[in-house]
Amino acid sequence: MKKVLAKAYLYFLLALLYAPLLFIAIFSFTESRVLGSWTGFSTKLYANLFTGGMNGGSALTSAVINTILIALIAAAVSTLLGTVAAIGIHNLKGRKKQTMQLLNNIPMINPDIITGVSLFLLFVFLKVSQGYATVVLAHITFCTPYVVLSVLPKLSQMNPNIYEAALDLGATPAKALWKVLVPELRPGMVSGFILAFTMSLDDFAVTFFTRGTIGLDTLSTYIYADARKGGLTPELRPLMTLIFLIVLILLIVINVRQEKTKKKYSK
Amino acid sequence: MAKDYIIDIQHLSKSFGGVKVLDDINFYVRRGEFVTLLGPSGCGKTTLLRQIAGFIAPDEGKILLEGKDISGIPPYERPLNTVFQCYALFPHLDVYDNIAFGLKLQKVPPKETEVRVKKMLKMVSMTDYEDRSVDSLSGGQQQRVAIARALVNYPKVLLLDEPLAALDLKMRKDMQMELKEIHRKMGITFIYVTHDQEEALTLSDTIVVLNEGKIQQIGTPTDIYNEPCNSFVADFIGDSTILNGTMICDRKVEFMGHEFDCVDEGFGENVPVDVVVRPEDVYIMNHLEGSQFSGKVKSCIFKGVHYEMFVETDTGYELMVQDYNAFEPGSEVGLLIRPNDIQVMHKERTCNTFKARVSDAEHIEMLGRHWECKVPEGCAEGDELVAEVDFDKVELLDHQDDGRLAGEVHFLLYKGDHYHLTILTDDGDHIWVDTNDIWDKGDLVGIDIAFGAIKLSRSNG
Repeated sequence: MKKVLAKAYLYFLLALLYAPLLFIAIFSFTESRVLGSWTGFSTKLYANLFTGGMNGGSALTSAVINTILIALIAAAVSTLLGTVAAIGIHNLKGRKKQTMQLLNNIPMINPDIITGVSLFLLFVFLKVSQGYATVVLAHITFCTPYVVLSVLPKLSQMNPNIYEAALDLGATPAKALWKVLVPELRPGMVSGFILAFTMSLDDFAVTFFTRGTIGLDTLSTYIYADARKGGLTPELRPLMTLIFLIVLILLIVINVRQEKTKKKYSK
Repeated sequence: MAKDYIIDIQHLSKSFGGVKVLDDINFYVRRGEFVTLLGPSGCGKTTLLRQIAGFIAPDEGKILLEGKDISGIPPYERPLNTVFQCYALFPHLDVYDNIAFGLKLQKVPPKETEVRVKKMLKMVSMTDYEDRSVDSLSGGQQQRVAIARALVNYPKVLLLDEPLAALDLKMRKDMQMELKEIHRKMGITFIYVTHDQEEALTLSDTIVVLNEGKIQQIGTPTDIYNEPCNSFVADFIGDSTILNGTMICDRKVEFMGHEFDCVDEGFGENVPVDVVVRPEDVYIMNHLEGSQFSGKVKSCIFKGVHYEMFVETDTGYELMVQDYNAFEPGSEVGLLIRPNDIQVMHKERTCNTFKARVSDAEHIEMLGRHWECKVPEGCAEGDELVAEVDFDKVELLDHQDDGRLAGEVHFLLYKGDHYHLTILTDDGDHIWVDTNDIWDKGDLVGIDIAFGAIKLSRSNG
């Protein structure tokens, strides 16, 4: 009896969590403009999405492209910066190390809205005209700590002598970094990159405050504006379903990779 | 001639955070020699090796490689290679690529690389393992790969940092023999760091014994074992009984209340000395004829090849004896030590010597504290004096707060009928104490010196 209850509770929770996603996914296969009314099965919304045959189609497409480009650039740059920072923090000792780790964690806990407003004020103060570049800079700012956090454990797992061993065998510090450290840290860097990518992908608050007035839209700001205009563009439903699927696949990939490395180490 | 030395270390010193880890190190290594740096953990041997490798810069002094100072050259430009204690193989590369790592960096042609790597694999008996991932190898196999990875570059000197410390005993013995064989075949100079005195005696041409950042003795294994130059070396290398003695005259020494013939000369007459007796050098017999002194067996333990016995001599000293025959505890035995087997050493000190300064007619300042004592006449306030305190006049107390000074038991030596302790005070001074009480290394103690135990004299300049 206890077991049944426990299981029921679990499934209830899962249902609660996944119901909205399922709801969107189901209604992406019907043409109705109003969300919630079923007008028969159709893949027309998917077709519209890819051909741009909808209201404001080009604006949505460019928002998607902006979102992906910004996420890719932000993830790449923050992976680079975060990895270097993690190596630096790892080599600190005692109090300094703790302080640096704390300073790294604060921006992650800090509410997005505060990060967004402070960056906005900073850009205004520095008289930087806001647009694409400021959004990318802002995204790099809040993504980097996540990369640091995913690379640090790899560094402490690593045999501390292997960098010295590479130097000893004739590698310059740059070569030792590239040929020995980077391959060792790669799993951490990859998860850091994916984390940064998804963080950037779904950011709204920071983007909203740093995009300026040039009419730059990412997916989140587009949807926000769209919803305010009254009623969501129906093509957003298949888009969200697709994004969810992509994230799901990424998650599965990360998990499978982790299982593999675990097996490798436990052997 | 410095030219014969492949490595020549001159006046090397290094401190970490104000603590001197290496203090004025001088020694040289001949081409093709197998030199071992031996000492307890924390003696600075690994720091010394890492300075030769180039991972740490010395504070002072020079490291000459074939006559040229390499102190300022980064590790990747030094023609030396290191075998690390925890192997430090590259986990993302297979065995072949690990060994070829250095050659690829030097842009050695692939054909030659392959020939050299295969030759090395053969040398360390790992021929069929080239495609294996390093994670799938045992500790001993990983160490072989690490040795091959270093040697394939034909370094001028191979540095080994406790390479066998992580292996089990049987494996370690096998690897020792193999290392010796590799050294003979390749003709490369080896500098080997270990805390295992047996390993050092087995492998080395020359042993450098280090303790607390200072070289204690340099010599061949036989020299170091048979003629230790101080009580630290005698105690650290092999089993031994170290006793207080008096050199009566040339070739005659008194210890344990008996007079013995010995082979040492030139100490002077009636000079206090330390005497080392190795347990295998004491002859033990169940009759008194032909013996020099008698004793009673206290304990007898079987050690595989021999029995190890503790004998209480007729004069109350405890002596360790090893013999192929067992003698029952409680039995009366005769004992004999031959002149050749008695090693006589100069005492490093015969009492504690401190700097003192007169504060008033009845007080002096010494070791950062004020002490009551009889100040010699004619001394004024502020005069610098030398204070001497006998080893057995220093009192040790169980609680640090009870004493005038607080310290820690740093080193202890059993001298047959009492312990000789080295106490490191919280201010970093050394105090030597003779005591019958049993203390352990690391015990925290309070220290006091009784009124009247401090002997003052004028300092000589």
